[in-house]
Amino acid sequence: MSINVNPAQTGQPLFYVLDEHAHPEGASTMLGFWIYLMSDCLIFAMLFATYGVLGGNYAAGPAPKDLFDLPLVAVNTSMLLLSSITYGFAMLAMQRTRIAATQVWLAVTGLFGLAFVGIELSEFRHMIHEGATPQRSAFLSSFFTLVGTHGLHVSFGIVWLVTLMTQVWRHGLIEANRRRLMCLSMFWHFLDVVWIGVFTFVYLLGMLR
Amino acid sequence: MAHGEITLSGYLTGFLLSAVLTAVPFYLVMSGVLGDKQVTAVVIMAFAVVQIVVHMIYFLHMNTSSEGGWTMMALIFTMVMVVIALTGSLWVMHHLNINMMPAHQMGAMQ
Repeated sequence: MSINVNPAQTGQPLFYVLDEHAHPEGASTMLGFWIYLMSDCLIFAMLFATYGVLGGNYAAGPAPKDLFDLPLVAVNTSMLLLSSITYGFAMLAMQRTRIAATQVWLAVTGLFGLAFVGIELSEFRHMIHEGATPQRSAFLSSFFTLVGTHGLHVSFGIVWLVTLMTQVWRHGLIEANRRRLMCLSMFWHFLDVVWIGVFTFVYLLGMLR
Repeated sequence: MAHGEITLSGYLTGFLLSAVLTAVPFYLVMSGVLGDKQVTAVVIMAFAVVQIVVHMIYFLHMNTSSEGGWTMMALIFTMVMVVIALTGSLWVMHHLNINMMPAHQMGAMQ
């Protein structure tokens, strides 16, 4: 659509174009996904702030020292870090259009992710078994909310990973799948960044209290 | 990648740096070699900040030019919000805790 503006003065009709200019498919996906990640970052910031405020309120219940098992947290941290590097290898294989290698590295990443979620769930189960439930104290409520939200993100990341492996298996490394894998790459590495905050502020600083 | 070039050496560098930056804080807390808890806390927080920057550069491939600089703008805006929310909450609630007298002391004063 164009609108004829003020043709009287010059005699020449003037136009300005209201047509939508071309947007190549997926051109804005990366920026949009990055802004989603930043909003997710704000969610975690609020949960960290909540934990920072309530983390010392034990209500005469168990404190971090009674509950946390640092060697286990170290193993869990290494699972997530290893899954980050294997996802990187998947991206490198994707760049060279090696479908089989991409799928293998994605599968390895998913297994590390599963190991992470599994260890975290067993830690939670152990804590709840000892009576350290989310209802026990403000410290435990904020702990389970923060760490649980991160674990939920990783779980959904694994669901997404399996979905994309199916997509790659069915359609190959087409442009759309490459874009999706890049989005998941950013999501996955972002969760590793959040975990740095969790193991530092919750577990390590908790043991120093 | 939308955020800069991806290379094998970049990922390996990031991984090695992250492994060291993770292992050292765990060692410091588990062994207690620094003695003073306050010093240990400051040191491990510094390690966390450095490791976050390492992840941003080597894994998330952040730079100032990708997407016309808009990813960096969004990141800076988010960081400002995060710092305000975190320090603001801790600061205000810390003072609230100090100024609120526990109920049993309140009773003793009457």
